[in-house]
Amino acid sequence: MTRTRNADAEMIAPARPRHELMVWEALNLALDHALAADDAVFVLGEDVGLYGGSYRVTQGLYAKYGEWRVRDTPISENSFTGLGVGAAMVGGRPVVEITTVNFALLALDAIINLAAKIRYMSGGQFHVPLVVRMAGGVAKQLAAQHSQRLEHTVMNVPGLRIVAPATPQDAYWQLTQAVREDDPVIVLEHELLYFKKGPFDIHASAPPMHSAAVRRPGAHVTLIAWQRMVDVCLQAADELATDDIHAEVIDLRSLRPIDLPLLVASIKKTHRAIVVEEDCKFAGAGAEIVAALQETVFFELDGPILRVAAADTPTPYNGALEATSIPDAAAVVHAVRRMVGPREE
Amino acid sequence: MQRDLIKQFFYDMLLARRFEEAAAEQYTQGKIAGFLHLYPGEEAVAVGSLRAAEPGDYVVTPYREHVHALMRGITPNAVMAELFGRATGCSGGYGGSMHLFSAEHRFLGGYAIVGETFPLAIGVGYRLAMKQSPDVVLCFFGEGAVNQGTFHESLNMAALWKLPVLFICENNRYQIGTEIHRNSAVTEVYKRGCASGVPGKHVDGMDVLAVHQATQDALQHVRSGSGPFLLECETYRFRGHSMADSGAYRSALEMAELKARDPLLNLRNRALQEDWISEDDIEALFKKAHAVVDEAVRFAEQSPPPTDLYKDIYAQPLDVYRGAP
Repeated sequence: MTRTRNADAEMIAPARPRHELMVWEALNLALDHALAADDAVFVLGEDVGLYGGSYRVTQGLYAKYGEWRVRDTPISENSFTGLGVGAAMVGGRPVVEITTVNFALLALDAIINLAAKIRYMSGGQFHVPLVVRMAGGVAKQLAAQHSQRLEHTVMNVPGLRIVAPATPQDAYWQLTQAVREDDPVIVLEHELLYFKKGPFDIHASAPPMHSAAVRRPGAHVTLIAWQRMVDVCLQAADELATDDIHAEVIDLRSLRPIDLPLLVASIKKTHRAIVVEEDCKFAGAGAEIVAALQETVFFELDGPILRVAAADTPTPYNGALEATSIPDAAAVVHAVRRMVGPREE
Repeated sequence: MQRDLIKQFFYDMLLARRFEEAAAEQYTQGKIAGFLHLYPGEEAVAVGSLRAAEPGDYVVTPYREHVHALMRGITPNAVMAELFGRATGCSGGYGGSMHLFSAEHRFLGGYAIVGETFPLAIGVGYRLAMKQSPDVVLCFFGEGAVNQGTFHESLNMAALWKLPVLFICENNRYQIGTEIHRNSAVTEVYKRGCASGVPGKHVDGMDVLAVHQATQDALQHVRSGSGPFLLECETYRFRGHSMADSGAYRSALEMAELKARDPLLNLRNRALQEDWISEDDIEALFKKAHAVVDEAVRFAEQSPPPTDLYKDIYAQPLDVYRGAP
């Protein structure tokens, strides 16, 4: 866990919109606006209040909205997530922060057995407008218990929506949309993206919460990624472009549902695709994406859709080993070159 | 003692007993499937406690909750139809015996994972406290649930923020086949809130009048803003854990002793002795309960099944392979 500052959180105001924001600031702004817009919205989690959030995402909100709207909780993931479910059933719009996805494993009963099931089991009488934010991914040498990716676990659960923003603009848009949604929404955040800067326009209109986005157009291969792997793919695409291989990079933005039509349209153009994921390859999110695409666009393909994914290991502490355990731009470049053919090497 | 209230309790418990007997019969005939957990022996708990609650209060229960639903005003027809899996059931046929719901009655569901009612109840309590509402939450659970982490996590938060939650333990002594002294170092459940400073009380759960009085007192505490309260009702189930369990792990002597404390018999004997009720009254109430339950079975049998598999998974239908609308 990172603590980035020592100042008293009460003395620090929430972020303000600028033309460039960091991801944490965009999330902070979205929460500030959501809390201001609707009294039913409240934020809870470990250290979200006085401390301002482990990744600063709730900075300044406690001072502005008070302890009932921005609630520091004890270390009780299953029960404070379940608290969110109960409050959501009776008109609340809770935003639960689970410090990391690794801790969310303790809250899977509340997320999977409760939040995802209550609308269905009750014959539609109760809805659960709950947002659960959780930070995940391989960060910097946090070792095996703090480096997991959880998308595969929650993707397989009907009743949940899952978004995974990779840019400050999407972080603001998708968290804002998630809070307004009447279903439980998991917002997957990435620990290494919180302090990434990007362009931001408070007035721009948001695309649908679950649509994918083309980050870089290209004609030769489609690279499908989400969260930090989008940046890895963009880096790879830059390098490939020097060899006149033009990769189209798609930021999936959402993992349940998946914007299959956009992927299909891209593959109809490129006839080749690679899913780049930070999670382990076996039974990961990429497996679902590849399977769905093979069923849909098989006859458009020049070859099998590949996966560039993390090694099938727990994440090691050693920095050099850790780096080899997850995909980097070189791995993506290598996979594309093998796929596109004998132009080089 | 108010005669009307006694009559009400007596009728409630007769209805509860008859309803569960009918459910067992229908299960045996194959009309009800899945897990079916019945309540005979424990009637005084749901009846005594829920008759002390206000209509605006919320109720969260575990999976042995048919009687709780009836006591909150969900009709026997709607509960029985749910057991039959019919569209007219209180959960539209999507929940079944373990998942009864009614938004109209603020009945927030039966839950089938032991220990889930605690976090849900404190969530409702949190929302009520935020709004400074006069309503409270009644959170039911069995004695087996207090060894789940959620019990301790949730009582801690409820006490820390003084949430309006009454925790009601239905202690029937057995978590399926394991008796309480074999799973708990401390068997007095009402004492187990002490780590969070939640006051507790023990009451004879076979005595509907005692449960009613204790719940009234406890609700007064909770409604006054003093925070949560833990009420332990010591009771006994006459049947197995579910229809799949014969309950053979209990001795004949133990069963006989507890059956002699049957809450219905107790109330009947006392009410006759005190002249609160007549034999004719009892006969009339008995007939009425039978007629109501017979009608519920007939209603359930004649009701249509639900047909839409994909209904109410999301607020708007969602195609997992179509992100943008």
